[in-house]
Amino acid sequence: MRTLFAALIATTALAGAAQAATVYPLDRATILNGSPFDFKVEFKSVVKPEDVKVTVNGQDYKSVFGTEAKFVAEEKGKDDKVLGSALILRGAKLPAGTYKIEVAAGDDKKSVTWDVYATADKPKAKNIIFFLGDGLSVAHRTGARIMSKGMTEGKANGHLNMDTLDRAAFIGTSSTNAIATDSANTMSAYMTGHKTAVNALGVYADRTPNTLDDPRVETIAEAVRRTTKKSIGIVSGAEIEDATPAAVVAHTRARADKAEIVGMMYDVKPDVILGGGSAYFLSKDVAGSKRKDDKDYIKLFKDAGYSLATDKNELAKVSGDKILGLFHTGNMDSVLDRQQLKKGTVDKFPNQPGLVEMTKVALDNLSKNPEGFFLMVEGASIDKMSHPMDWDRAMYETIEFDQAVGLGLEFLKKNPDTLIVVTGDHTHGVSVIGTIDDEKPGTDMREKVGTYADAGFPNYEDKDGDGYPDKVDVTRRLAVFSSNFPDYYETWRPKMDGPFEPAVQNEKKQYVANEAYKNVPGAVFREGNLPRSADTAVHAVDDVILQSTGPGSEGFKGYLEESDVYKVLVDTFALGAKK
Amino acid sequence: MSRGIDVLHFDRRTFLSTIGLAFATVPFREAYAATTQLSFGELYGKVSVLGLEFSDKVKTLTGKPVAMRGFMAPPLKAEAAFFVLTEIPMSLCPFCSSDADWPDNIVVVYLGAKQTFTQPNQLIEVQGQLDMGSWIDPETGFVSRLRIRDASFRMA
Repeated sequence: MRTLFAALIATTALAGAAQAATVYPLDRATILNGSPFDFKVEFKSVVKPEDVKVTVNGQDYKSVFGTEAKFVAEEKGKDDKVLGSALILRGAKLPAGTYKIEVAAGDDKKSVTWDVYATADKPKAKNIIFFLGDGLSVAHRTGARIMSKGMTEGKANGHLNMDTLDRAAFIGTSSTNAIATDSANTMSAYMTGHKTAVNALGVYADRTPNTLDDPRVETIAEAVRRTTKKSIGIVSGAEIEDATPAAVVAHTRARADKAEIVGMMYDVKPDVILGGGSAYFLSKDVAGSKRKDDKDYIKLFKDAGYSLATDKNELAKVSGDKILGLFHTGNMDSVLDRQQLKKGTVDKFPNQPGLVEMTKVALDNLSKNPEGFFLMVEGASIDKMSHPMDWDRAMYETIEFDQAVGLGLEFLKKNPDTLIVVTGDHTHGVSVIGTIDDEKPGTDMREKVGTYADAGFPNYEDKDGDGYPDKVDVTRRLAVFSSNFPDYYETWRPKMDGPFEPAVQNEKKQYVANEAYKNVPGAVFREGNLPRSADTAVHAVDDVILQSTGPGSEGFKGYLEESDVYKVLVDTFALGAKK
Repeated sequence: MSRGIDVLHFDRRTFLSTIGLAFATVPFREAYAATTQLSFGELYGKVSVLGLEFSDKVKTLTGKPVAMRGFMAPPLKAEAAFFVLTEIPMSLCPFCSSDADWPDNIVVVYLGAKQTFTQPNQLIEVQGQLDMGSWIDPETGFVSRLRIRDASFRMA
């Protein structure tokens, strides 16, 4: 112990002495052959430009990049605090190869290595459909399978569509600044091939406060536009400028820059855009707008040739080369609310399409392009309902997501030159542990939780064959719990009156149990195990399971970082062939 | 963001019992004789993807004294001169980190004089002058479209 302590002091002291600059892209970055990226060096102190030496594989960087970086004498942080000098070179490009970048200014030194990789010369598939279940964890799949298909004597009575995919890999989801992760940096890693920091999209997270100046990397939509004539589609039940759909096109340190993200989506102009979040498309003078400027993106998209759909009926009739479908000012309602309970905001937006209908329209339109397409479909509310521990809604969302995957598999049958990927971006600390049986004696709900042999099987029924239980509040239902939680009242039953909101914030910015659930029969208070700043259950660090089928899917095996998944995608499309 | 109706039932019970109390308290009624009650359900006449439209009641009451019942969300920043009144106890959209991620049916309240923050589960009644139209708070940049200005509140 004492030796370890001494060793720690020694390493800490060393790290302090050698003032390490930071180089972006970070060490061990993998970069698509020919793709533009921003090169940035952050020195830890103010240095003189003449003292700065940067080499790439031993050569002066200017000859390798073909241009000179901008020198910033003093980068400033909060309250104009001087952070040090910096070098920035936007839009650098490198041919395939291994690169060692050495940076020095006095004793401020850093060395990083990048792998610029080429792809196959010829595409393996014409189309890619990337299904992203936000927060999709193993328990969601198990729960959805049991609720949707049933189980007899320990064997599933049917399989989910995603169960039938033939290749799989474990995926590491951690961010550049923590083992933990969020939907921005995770999807960004899938969609750019670069890992980044929590909340960041399409950039490395630099030290300056400006969220829009961080060093950029290319997104898959930009790479597809740069190298092919393929179409691009983005489908989500979330706000379309929310982290996951945004990651297909966006560059910002802060996923909350939603108004700017709409502008970035406009710049890339995906051919099909379907989801919620119209509030960020409306000029600030329109009630319901969440913009702080006068830009009317509905008009801008229309002027750019988009046909607009605002509800299910308009979506069914919409035609044209480019489609913008916005079906809610915010996040669209969960399928349990839309189809069965009519709660949430269904009274305000009664005619929202579901993920399956949106996916169908996207496939029908994108497949008209003989060059092929890249389509991203997000099952957004698997995550949005898992945060507040509304497991029934999260399971229904997983079933809906799986039905969208089913459409993809049907498409694959007729179009075998299609790669299908089904994955989550991160996991939740959720587990199915048995059942809760109202028929057990007494009023103490805890004693109605059945574990081991006592769990038996739940009594959901799907008589109408739509894949969803006909009713969610059955008497013997799945017992699902989170490993982590804020203070809340456990009610042991589905939230029939609208999505669960477990905790509310007090004046000390601490989250306390929402007393609205205190008087639900059988409810018990659970003291949280998360910091009091946590509003809901958090993401888990656990690996994600990715499954895939179709040409190119052989690239998925073993353990991969999320950023490695991009390599398989661009290899399938041959976006970085050596020329 | 959608909110629980069981919560609303809970509110309504509280609401009805406190209404009874309010009418029993004569000075309150006299002091605010010209004040019109406005509920969250009465804010919008039209809700659509392409924009919401305030109700005729809101348009008529603009510039006039109103009373609204709801829950106080914690101030966004310590220095904020306003707070957000919500229909049910809530905090910022749990999935996002932006000031903009509030549901549509909120009202921003600017107090006439300093008052102490209440607990998030406490129903309050706010009285003040209704103000409609886009407004950017100069200190926080928070955009609101409906406000109660020169307001005061009490436990409801």
